[in-house]
Amino acid sequence: MAAAVESASTAMPPARRVPDRFRTVSALVAAAAPAILVVIVVILFQQAAPAVRHFGLGFLTGTEWNPVTDMFGALPAIFGTVSTAFLALVLAVPVGVAVAVVLAEQGQTTLRGILGTGIELLAAIPSVVYGIWALYVLAPWSYQHLELPISDRFGSIGWLSQPGARSLFNASLVLAVMILPTLSAISREVIRAVPRGLKENAVALGATWWETTWRVILPSARAGIFGATILALGRALGETIAVTMVIGNRYAIPPSIFSPAYTLASVIANEFNEATGTLYPAALIELGLVLILVTLVVNIVALLLVRSTSREASRAA
Amino acid sequence: MNRNVRRRFASMTWLGVMYLLTVLALIPLGLVLWFTVSRGLPSVLHPEFFTNSFRPVGIPGGGIAHAIVGTGILVGLASLMSIPVGILGGVYVAEYAVDPWASWVRLASDVLVGTPSIAIGLFAYALVVVPVHHFSGIAGSVALAILMLPIVIRTAEGAVALIPHGLRESGLALGLPRWRVSLQLILPAAAPGVITGALLAVARASGETAPLLFTSLGNTLFKVDPTQAMQALPLTVYQYALLPYKSLQDQAWGAALVLVVMVLGINLLSRWVLRRQIRLAGQL
Repeated sequence: MAAAVESASTAMPPARRVPDRFRTVSALVAAAAPAILVVIVVILFQQAAPAVRHFGLGFLTGTEWNPVTDMFGALPAIFGTVSTAFLALVLAVPVGVAVAVVLAEQGQTTLRGILGTGIELLAAIPSVVYGIWALYVLAPWSYQHLELPISDRFGSIGWLSQPGARSLFNASLVLAVMILPTLSAISREVIRAVPRGLKENAVALGATWWETTWRVILPSARAGIFGATILALGRALGETIAVTMVIGNRYAIPPSIFSPAYTLASVIANEFNEATGTLYPAALIELGLVLILVTLVVNIVALLLVRSTSREASRAA
Repeated sequence: MNRNVRRRFASMTWLGVMYLLTVLALIPLGLVLWFTVSRGLPSVLHPEFFTNSFRPVGIPGGGIAHAIVGTGILVGLASLMSIPVGILGGVYVAEYAVDPWASWVRLASDVLVGTPSIAIGLFAYALVVVPVHHFSGIAGSVALAILMLPIVIRTAEGAVALIPHGLRESGLALGLPRWRVSLQLILPAAAPGVITGALLAVARASGETAPLLFTSLGNTLFKVDPTQAMQALPLTVYQYALLPYKSLQDQAWGAALVLVVMVLGINLLSRWVLRRQIRLAGQL
């Protein structure tokens, strides 16, 4: 009725189109997520501006960190962040994929269900709990039973000498334990998504269990497992608390993996509350900016990889 | 023949290796739980651990009441900010999945989930603490809300997308406007899944330390006023564990145990709710 009058008066096409106001409102509310992401980067950039202007690109390559002389360079922290994360991946990926393979298809269904749930629950344990465990249990144990024997035997190699309980190696070890649940939970899903037909074909051709797994299942789940690895890398790069508690917090590129080091996130966690003046807090925020930009790139790459595999899998199925 | 035996032997060996690696993975994870329970239990068994607040070293009877209440207030405020927005955002992303904007929201949420929490803490510091020149519980809960938002959006989206199209179409066929279909028909049907997501977000926020370091800062006093600096459970574990006093280290383990029980409890609860959702969706 009213619509008919309206359409006649404004010469609208006869089909009545009600503007979907709910769509507009909910789209605006949903905009919170992208908006926050952009605002985080903008505000951190703005807060870091004094340091960005003062040091320029030299900030990324500088090795000195001296609040007294206002000299700040990020290289040792970048080195610590990248090397702990990669060492953690080297330790965790083979184990995580093995867990995923076993959980995806081996053993009793009930037992697998319980183990799978257990591993997912472990991903929910707060990092500070891993941190206190690493500080009092893992690091002393690793010092006694891993670092000392290894450096006794191979100590002549520089990067395996000078063992200590607070070290880059122990930080990587706790990171590996922390990313393991995420890694194996996602890999398990990816392995499960491999079409059954592929596996049955291989078995029908007479392939053994290992040949099926190694030559058929893992290659077709490759991109997804790689994506899971990169997601774990993102988590390892940004992890703060547990690493801060065991890495030893020494601002220098360590001579050995058994020496204390520092990461971007740990420097911020330890020093930000005591930072005074303008350049010092700005430099710390610039560290945060470097960290956030690196993880942003890593995460987007990982998401695209995981998405492309699940799309492939659903097309094949 | 000989070759086949070798192949089968290789297969068995690799199977053994895989099992061995799985056991190897479970050992440290089991040890984390074991040490948290065994070291934390002595503290937790004293009732005053839950009723008292910080006491200086040497005075017995120190507890974590201030941290438990602080975590409750911080996470409660963060939930008030993030859960309504997150649910509406999730409904939008699921109901208008074909909108290009929806895929941007999805991507932004996924990226936000992976953003280092310490960077979110720095952001909340710049946004809330700097203008008022004061550390506060509110600043901490803003940081936690930013952490929770993408989790709520993505899980609400998943729950809404599970609801069969028939329900939506029957609502529209009856002449209901879109907002009533989405909010009064679809959302109640998806409620268990949405609640699961909200619970997971609460669990995640309760365990985060890094975003609170420069926002709610921590406090040795029992505070319920969110405009003041506030203690939280994960902050207690972090701060006490690094101090050289045995009594405070013991309390750190106790707080860690409380935190683990809380986080795992919420997770198990959310799994139970989710199982009901799947059964309900099957009936629709």
